[in-house]
Amino acid sequence: MQKILEMAMKMIFLIAACVSILFVILICVFLFANGLPAIGEIGPLEFLLGTHWKPSSDIYGIAPMIVGSVYVTAGALIIGTPLGLLTAVYLARFCPKRIYKVIDPAISLMAGIPSVIYGFFGLVVLVPFMRELTGGGKSVLTASVLLGIMILPTVIRVSESALRAVPQSYYEGALALGASPERSVFFSVLPAAKSGVLAGIVLGIGRAVGETMAVIMVAGNQAIIPESITSGVRTLTANIVVEMGYASGLHRQALIATAAVLFVFILLINLLLSLLKRRQKI
Amino acid sequence: MNNAPHPPRKRVDWFSPIARIAIRSAAGITSLVIMFIVGYILIKGIPHLKPSLFAWKYNSDNVSLTPALINTILMTILSLIVAVPFGTFTAIYLVEYAKRGNKLVKIIRMAAETLAGIPSIVYGIFGMMLFVVHLKWQYSLLAGGCTLAIMVLPVIMRTTEEALLAVPDTYREGSFGLGAGKLRTVFKIVLPSAVPGILSGIILAIGRVVGETAALIFTAGSLAKIPHGAFDSTRTLSVHMYILSGEALHIDESYATAVVLILLVLFINAVSSWIAKKMTGEKNGK
Repeated sequence: MQKILEMAMKMIFLIAACVSILFVILICVFLFANGLPAIGEIGPLEFLLGTHWKPSSDIYGIAPMIVGSVYVTAGALIIGTPLGLLTAVYLARFCPKRIYKVIDPAISLMAGIPSVIYGFFGLVVLVPFMRELTGGGKSVLTASVLLGIMILPTVIRVSESALRAVPQSYYEGALALGASPERSVFFSVLPAAKSGVLAGIVLGIGRAVGETMAVIMVAGNQAIIPESITSGVRTLTANIVVEMGYASGLHRQALIATAAVLFVFILLINLLLSLLKRRQKI
Repeated sequence: MNNAPHPPRKRVDWFSPIARIAIRSAAGITSLVIMFIVGYILIKGIPHLKPSLFAWKYNSDNVSLTPALINTILMTILSLIVAVPFGTFTAIYLVEYAKRGNKLVKIIRMAAETLAGIPSIVYGIFGMMLFVVHLKWQYSLLAGGCTLAIMVLPVIMRTTEEALLAVPDTYREGSFGLGAGKLRTVFKIVLPSAVPGILSGIILAIGRVVGETAALIFTAGSLAKIPHGAFDSTRTLSVHMYILSGEALHIDESYATAVVLILLVLFINAVSSWIAKKMTGEKNGK
């Protein structure tokens, strides 16, 4: 009796463990089964490289959205990476314990704030501010700044733990050779933590590419390739949310195909991440 | 000062002071940004926390957030009911049962990592296709809850796994030595000592559910009513916030709703750090 129970529970644990595999497969199947026919009908090149998105006349080209996602993500990285990395250096090496006790929960809060709140803040503060400053309120720049702020906690947390994992002897060795504390960190500790820091940045890329609600609220969502950083932009994620509510037929399938393209992007980013993690272990 | 052609006797170190200033100002800017965002919303929102905002029933005049708040709690409970057993059981399998170097373990880990990286809108589209359309659940509490359950599964799995790994092997050996079977050891000895770690995972998951919007719009819909059953459309607080901020009419109420949402996140963070403190305290005590 006891033996049967043991075996049964072992099977249950095994089945539960396979659920996550099942769902990855299901997500792939559903996205591609619904998205690929649309891509086939539109034509893969027309779909991926077409610069016009006009559902009303059945023209579906997602190039503006791909470019939009790339622009906004790059902008977020330009803003978020230096700020996050330097903050991580401060937290890992230079921060007095008393200050750490304040900043640490603040960064947890930053990570926990829902993206709608960031979006709302962007809408009521950042957009008017940018309109005054540059003339374009909802723009690539505004979305980049907001996303740059949003990826900060990810970049900070991962880089900080990577910096902390570097043996103290690296730091002390550089100090003993006469380097200043700053030089020791930047030329001895930071290179040793390179893979971990890169992993943090890649995670940040993933977060920026996948961010939806905040971007919708501050990016303007025009489905055209932005001419400058002050013009409006629509990302892949925004494309789905903005139109899914009323789409039907081929239009709807084209939106699901957009999600499939987004999914492939994220898979590539994940692949990069696991390569970085493997390097970190060696 | 000037760049001598030969190795100078005394090189002025420009790098260090600049780096020092850069590091400190980056940390300062980061802290200021977060304080500004939270402070701005609190200051603008708290004066608008009127009683009508907490009326039992929603209508377009009072834009009450009470139904949304209750829906958020229901949604959280529902997604945890689905995700916690699967997450803990997976972790138990990985830590207690799987053999080292098992191929399946590698695949499970990879699957969990993939799930952790998928953006919430992709979950939303998937949930819409599977639960809402394919299983014909319509926009419902159940469809939203299941979608979110898949989303938080990797979070619960990973934290539980870490918690189980942290239980010393002597506990297991002691239990086996006293004649307990594997199953009894897992449920009576290992799991209870891993509870704080599992709890911290659950709280992380709660945080994600509370803040989620994109995965819910196309699975749970946006009906601002307390649902009568699992197949009714619901709107959580985050979705409510999104819809409200889209209507220019209710800007003050949007601020107030944002305050409630931030307070909720602050509360969740406080609980999680309390548990973390308790965990390290216990470890140090023993």
